[in-house]
Amino acid sequence: MLAQILASLVDGILLGFVYGLAAMGLSLIWGVMRVINLSHGAIMALGMFGIYLTFTHLGLNPYLALLLLAPASLLFGFLVYGVAVHRIINAPYLSSLLATFAVNMMVIGIGTAVFTTSLYNVDFSLGTVRAGVLALPGTRLAAAAAAVLITAGLYLFLYRTRPGKAIRAVANNRAAAALMGIPPAQTLALSFGIGTLLAALAGGLITTFFPFTILSGSGYQSKSFVICVLGGLGNPLGALLGGLILGAMEGLIPIVLPVSWVPVVEFTLFVLILLIRPSGLLGART
Amino acid sequence: MKRVPIALTLLLMVALVVGCARPTPTPTPPPPKPTVAPTVAAPAMEASTPTPVVRKAVIGFTASQTGKLNVESTRQINGLTLWMEQVNAAGGLKLADGSVVLFEAKFYDDESNKDRVQELYTRLINEDKADFLISPYSSGLADAAAVIAEQYGKIMITTGAASDSTYKKGYTLVYQTYTPASRYLTGAFDLLGALDAAVKKVAIIHETDKFSTDVCNAAKAYGEGKGYEIVLFEGYDSGTADFAPFINKIPAGTEAIMGGGHFADGSTFARQLYEKGVSVKFIALLVAPPEPKFAELGDAALGIIGPSQWEPQAKYSPEAAQAAGLEWYGPTVEEFVSAYKAKFNEDPSYHSAGGYAAGLILQKAIEAAGSLETDKVKAALDAMAIMTFFGAIKFDTSAEAHGLQIAHQMVYIQWQKDAAGNLVKQVVWPAEAQSAQPLYPLSR
Amino acid sequence: MKPWRQPGFWIPLLLILVGGGVALVVRKDTLREMTFTLLMYVALASSLNILMGYTGYVNFGHIVFFGLGGYTGFYFISRHGWHLVPAALVGGLTSALLAALLGLAVLRLRGAYFALATIGINEAARAFVNNFRPFGGPTGLFVNFAIYREYGGAPQALWLTYTLLLITTLVAVAVSYTVKNSRFGLGLLAIREDEDAAMVMGVRTPRAKTIAYVISAFFPGIIGTLFFFKNGNVEPGDAFRLHMSIEVLVMIMLGGNGTILGPVLGAAAYERLRGYLLTSPLFKSLHLAFAGLALLLIVLFIPAGLVGWLRRRFPVLRRWLE
Repeated sequence: MLAQILASLVDGILLGFVYGLAAMGLSLIWGVMRVINLSHGAIMALGMFGIYLTFTHLGLNPYLALLLLAPASLLFGFLVYGVAVHRIINAPYLSSLLATFAVNMMVIGIGTAVFTTSLYNVDFSLGTVRAGVLALPGTRLAAAAAAVLITAGLYLFLYRTRPGKAIRAVANNRAAAALMGIPPAQTLALSFGIGTLLAALAGGLITTFFPFTILSGSGYQSKSFVICVLGGLGNPLGALLGGLILGAMEGLIPIVLPVSWVPVVEFTLFVLILLIRPSGLLGART
Repeated sequence: MKRVPIALTLLLMVALVVGCARPTPTPTPPPPKPTVAPTVAAPAMEASTPTPVVRKAVIGFTASQTGKLNVESTRQINGLTLWMEQVNAAGGLKLADGSVVLFEAKFYDDESNKDRVQELYTRLINEDKADFLISPYSSGLADAAAVIAEQYGKIMITTGAASDSTYKKGYTLVYQTYTPASRYLTGAFDLLGALDAAVKKVAIIHETDKFSTDVCNAAKAYGEGKGYEIVLFEGYDSGTADFAPFINKIPAGTEAIMGGGHFADGSTFARQLYEKGVSVKFIALLVAPPEPKFAELGDAALGIIGPSQWEPQAKYSPEAAQAAGLEWYGPTVEEFVSAYKAKFNEDPSYHSAGGYAAGLILQKAIEAAGSLETDKVKAALDAMAIMTFFGAIKFDTSAEAHGLQIAHQMVYIQWQKDAAGNLVKQVVWPAEAQSAQPLYPLSR
Repeated sequence: MKPWRQPGFWIPLLLILVGGGVALVVRKDTLREMTFTLLMYVALASSLNILMGYTGYVNFGHIVFFGLGGYTGFYFISRHGWHLVPAALVGGLTSALLAALLGLAVLRLRGAYFALATIGINEAARAFVNNFRPFGGPTGLFVNFAIYREYGGAPQALWLTYTLLLITTLVAVAVSYTVKNSRFGLGLLAIREDEDAAMVMGVRTPRAKTIAYVISAFFPGIIGTLFFFKNGNVEPGDAFRLHMSIEVLVMIMLGGNGTILGPVLGAAAYERLRGYLLTSPLFKSLHLAFAGLALLLIVLFIPAGLVGWLRRRFPVLRRWLE
């Protein structure tokens, strides 16, 4: 019994790092521009296929490929912001929900035409690390480590660099930031780009241990919502913690309930937290 | 002033009426047919009779040309197309009254989508005047189509659809080609019993779609009836990628694992079982193992057992039919395999064989009925008891489970290594069809 | 103001009656099947509009009421042998009751938080039904074919279902109009413009929002029962498609958020567009991308939708297009 708890907890937490990374992008975009990015899942799927293509066609190591994926997804984020979000940034939030959903439909639509909805696999393995009752695939350990590194990078960027500080200022008060000479449009575009980048990287990491289809993103997107609320909407660093909580829950709930009850618990909790503390369990700080 | 709004109203009304009458989906052209001249088709031996009356039978179906079921569905349609070509190329089907039936296919793309299936089958019946229907691939889509067939009183032969529940809804015109889901994994328990009588603890982890649930509920009951202890019985959502929660839940001391669902989840499950180093003696999974692509898993595939509706190594022959006291009908296994390879440049899978067999069943029933009338063909189907290259065919005629396949048997394959170390598929069960000894226990 | 004197009232109703009546007169099965889907979306869009259009609360979980109401109605048909009409009413009432309970809690949330919560509700409801034994769990429920005999055979049952749907659609649009032109409706519109101000002006916002939610949830429950009865079975995957919720949202945006005629035209136009894209060999595999592009263009450039734009551009039409 203890062995099962340990194994489930470790598995869940390792996965939680990657979930947290994905949710960070969503949380950042919400915190800075009050936009719920419904294209988040589709962008994760793009990240997955980015890694798949570089791995199978160029034979690139998936972790090196992430370095290529990062600038590409940043640019894609700028593009999406410029085309779909910029114009309606001050409109009622229905507009931004629908605009980002429209981007989602376009990405999925084109993706389905190109890749169909069949299953893809990045056939990459780092062996399995065994320690007592634990059997940990190397790719999951590497993904967790990568997620921590990226989070640390984001932290340094937000707290130690000028553009990072500008992002925090705009999140805090857009009008005041503009008065202080921070260009709002560029800063918003940059935040959207970084949010996109985080989603794509998380998608890329997932490919190293799970198979995926062009539609896979939507499941991770729903999880990201739950994590954002757990970690505090608009608090990107809290999202990592939220991810760990969700991962641990996914590991531990199956011990007492059939696995199929996990989403019931997750989403009920999600609605309850929204009702009791809309700013999230850990409150909003940026 | 007043005129303008009235005109506008009319305009809007017209727009809505047009909106209702959506453009008709353009029928996909029927598969290319060999040039058959129906009049020439009447062979010389019938020269004494006047030129036969040629009748056309429209076979309606949908194909999943796009969407998640595309691969399997395409193979199934290939099989059906091959059957139709062969019959028409042979001059059509000759009936007792001297007339000749030529078959014509009418089909649309269902996009692997249930809603489309119902709309399209309604169209096939009412607009395209289909005489007989073949089901789409997969239990879910076939179930959706069966309702329509029954609602409009048309015979449907289902193939690529094993779920039992479709036949327990009081339908009278739907007939199943495949071995039903309830008998899909029961043979795995028989095989396990024959291999090692000491094994008792089995974990069952299955996809929660209609088909896999039917299979695993029946397998659980069967296993328990044989004295097995089902130590874990869990379902997972279609599209699950992470099996760790399930694998962690498998209790220590479990000796065999069964379950699975379709290709995507089944192969992922097998891969993660291997990565996690789960050590059991026996693993049998649904649907995924018989697919040639399963071998891409490498060592994770070795030793995995899977039920298959049909394999080219299957030993069905006119002699076997005689031994079983059944009438043999249609091509032999070798004839089917070589004709299929010649046309499509690939080995037939059981989906292809099932597609061909569905056509063959219809052909036999029309021949026996000597008519294209639904009532008479239905009576012929109810009375049918034959053996074909696909195996034995007989339908349940009771009110509770009308149309359920009761004669056809599964074969079980296992991935083994040949002398050169390549993964190959071998038939390991039933005993009389074995092409190799089962690999047991799994060494992990 | 007698509503039937107002063109804004009878134009949409007449459109639906004529459009839906064609199939009844011609008695063609294919036409009936197509119009069924169309009417279903018209009714779903019109009922969602009562909440989303009038109060401005974006609800991604409209389909929860379609699913749960449909499941409930279907449960009584399949397990207890009820007739379709009472079962559909019970389906609708269950949805309405659920909305009342949910609304009291969830409608306290404003703006995007409410939208997020509705996504969560949709996922939770689907996962719950997946595990709920009386509703058949993941394999769902089905009706035995024999029950069609009660209706005089399958064809009659299908025509009856269609006629009931046509009536439901007409009622939904009529209710939508009545709500908008009532004192209560004005309160809802005030909430949309500025909820705090509305409260100050004496609109009892929590109650008004919940009532709007309940009315908008009643119709999907009925439609769900009719739809699943026609299909002969119901499964969790078909009953709770988030995608369908969003498609209905798109239809409302296309036609005009908060108008009566908008959802009707929007649903018809969207269905027609999709039907065209799906069957055109050129766009078939890209239909989703084109639909997305269309949505983006509407959101960016004509956020008021077709009817809203016409009303703004041609003030003379305002009397006619409500």
